[in-house]
Amino acid sequence: MHLLSIDWWFLLEKLVLIMVIISLSLVIAMYTTYAERKVAAWLQDRRGPNRAGPWGILQPLADGGKLFFKEEIIPLVSSKFLFILGPSLAMITALLTSAVIPWGTSLHLFGREMPLQIADVNIGILYIFGVVSLGVYGIMIGGWASNNKFSLLAAIRAASQMISYELAMGLALIAVLMLAGSLQMSVIVQNQIDHGWHVIYQPLGFVIFFICALAECNRTPFDLAEAENELNFGYHQEYSSMKLGFYLFAEYINMFISSAVMATLFFGGYDIPFVNEASWGISPNLLALIGFAVLMAKIFFFLFVFIWIRWTIPRFRYDQLMNLGWKGLIPLSLANMVLTAVVMLILKK
Amino acid sequence: MSITLILFWFLSVLALFSAAMVVASKNPVYSVLWLILVFFAISGHYLLLNAQFLAIVNIIVYAGAIMVLFLFVIMLMNLNKSNEPKRNKWLNLAGVLAGGCLLLVLVAALKNAETKATLAETGTGNIGLIENLGKALFTDYVVPFEISSVLFLSAMVGAVVLGKKESSPDTAGQSGKSSEK
Amino acid sequence: MQLTQRAKHVDRHPMTWIERLYFWNILKGMLITLRHLFKRKATINFPEQKRSFSSVFRGLHVLNRDEEGRERCTACGLCAVACPAEAITMEAAERLPGEEQLYREEKYAAKYEINMLRCIFCGLCEEACPKDAIYLSQTFAPSNYSRKGFIYKKDDMLIPNPLTEPETYKKALGERPAKMIGNQ
Repeated sequence: MHLLSIDWWFLLEKLVLIMVIISLSLVIAMYTTYAERKVAAWLQDRRGPNRAGPWGILQPLADGGKLFFKEEIIPLVSSKFLFILGPSLAMITALLTSAVIPWGTSLHLFGREMPLQIADVNIGILYIFGVVSLGVYGIMIGGWASNNKFSLLAAIRAASQMISYELAMGLALIAVLMLAGSLQMSVIVQNQIDHGWHVIYQPLGFVIFFICALAECNRTPFDLAEAENELNFGYHQEYSSMKLGFYLFAEYINMFISSAVMATLFFGGYDIPFVNEASWGISPNLLALIGFAVLMAKIFFFLFVFIWIRWTIPRFRYDQLMNLGWKGLIPLSLANMVLTAVVMLILKK
Repeated sequence: MSITLILFWFLSVLALFSAAMVVASKNPVYSVLWLILVFFAISGHYLLLNAQFLAIVNIIVYAGAIMVLFLFVIMLMNLNKSNEPKRNKWLNLAGVLAGGCLLLVLVAALKNAETKATLAETGTGNIGLIENLGKALFTDYVVPFEISSVLFLSAMVGAVVLGKKESSPDTAGQSGKSSEK
Repeated sequence: MQLTQRAKHVDRHPMTWIERLYFWNILKGMLITLRHLFKRKATINFPEQKRSFSSVFRGLHVLNRDEEGRERCTACGLCAVACPAEAITMEAAERLPGEEQLYREEKYAAKYEINMLRCIFCGLCEEACPKDAIYLSQTFAPSNYSRKGFIYKKDDMLIPNPLTEPETYKKALGERPAKMIGNQ
């Protein structure tokens, strides 16, 4: 079955994996909105949505249905193409990131080994950075195409925030890369399985990375991009209906993906802590599924922390945000990087 | 026709068409967006050459950072079709002449270059992989690499100095920092 | 000068290095919110569960009937005079022969309206009424889409006839039978 010298089985296998992972991230993002409302309610001694279905579990569907049936408004003098391109780009970039995350070891089906990772590229981390840096365009194009000064200013505010925090994020990661000795995600996970989780060696790096992830996802305390009450709702002010839904939804997908990245880079990915699962002697398929479940548990924990932080900490002011990013986190991550390098050199000698 | 060849032709056509659209677009914001597409096509070419690191760095640095700054400036200047200044006819002619001269020089320079011997190895070369690239940069080319980093450092210092010149100390620090990008 | 012992002094000392890190304070705040996660929820699931009112709660008005099912109101207008919000309007009419089983006195209220948007539910109408024809029940005005819907007519407030529908009458009477009986 070789046509155009492509391995069609390989293509099919990857297609199935892509479909599964994308629908998984969509469903999880959907239920993160539900979890957000529930956890927010619990933290405030309320009950949260409990009318749609048992315990309100159909609430995300109701929300989505509402957004679909809302009137779609496109500003008359804005560029229609760019106005639609903005939310689409936000969604695409949010979904693209999941391609390099290792979701588990490999499945053995039909005599083929099927790694639970879409693309194990040489430059896994950099790929994530590349896609994240493109996420700015969804916001900027949407804000500009709205043909509204408030949207434009908010889009620029959001974009400069994301660019600023990308730097500190990258610098914090370099220390991890030095430990792992590779940019490949699977190698980084394997290194943690062999030598212990990176968060043990890089607690400061993890904290910096986590703060930057909050800022990248436009989450509180850094949600200036969409401050409804005091900053005029941000870049999606002119958006309505499902296009607004796309922006909001992309934020939740970003949250899911950055939780996955954090779990992979610092918390051992699909590694089961404290045990040597290879010595159990169970089938590799089952082991892969257990690893996947463990990774998911770590991701859900991070999602909970994201939500927990949102309903605890108030919003930063913009100058505080910039101060923290440029004068706080970047020097700190540089120091962390140099320290790691020095310690590694000493230990190697 | 192999898949690599199909991709090569697709990316080449995309790159050339987008590059033409950068020049042809009336609205500068559209020009910038076409330029981003050009960078993507070029990154695709890098990938065909198995230079993954270059491809992704091209996207991170050019598409992800520099083009965003371009967009900042253009969006804030609010250049529209309506307030575009009328250009002088002679200025247009001069532009065409200058462009033609550049083309002439390029063709003259590339005419004698040996294209056959140094044909790019699509998909097989591995100099673009990050290990090999890093080794090459830090052993064979360490002096030029360090010199270019000194150049960047001086540019950063210059940006800070320019930013600090403002009278109010609060805003000066801010602009100095952000121009480091 | 301190008037009470409860005044709290505001601490305005410059932040120390630890405080400027915010980490400790953020951690404290997160622990507080975490503790609330496991607390008892204050919400009551409204249509299924209802908060019980106190026995002196003053809600929607009820126009009363006597034990023979005749309207008590004689349209004297004392309630309208007593009303501080001027929410009550009425029109009187003379009882015709043959209507004795409908109205207790010779005069009755042909039209009786209370504007529930103006009403402040103070209960002064109830106190002013010499015939014990109006009292405030233990329900509150349900929401409505228009202002017109909040002007309650006589039919909206009149209590069911105790002779023909004793059960609904009892329900509408609420927890006030003691007062009703004492005023015969």
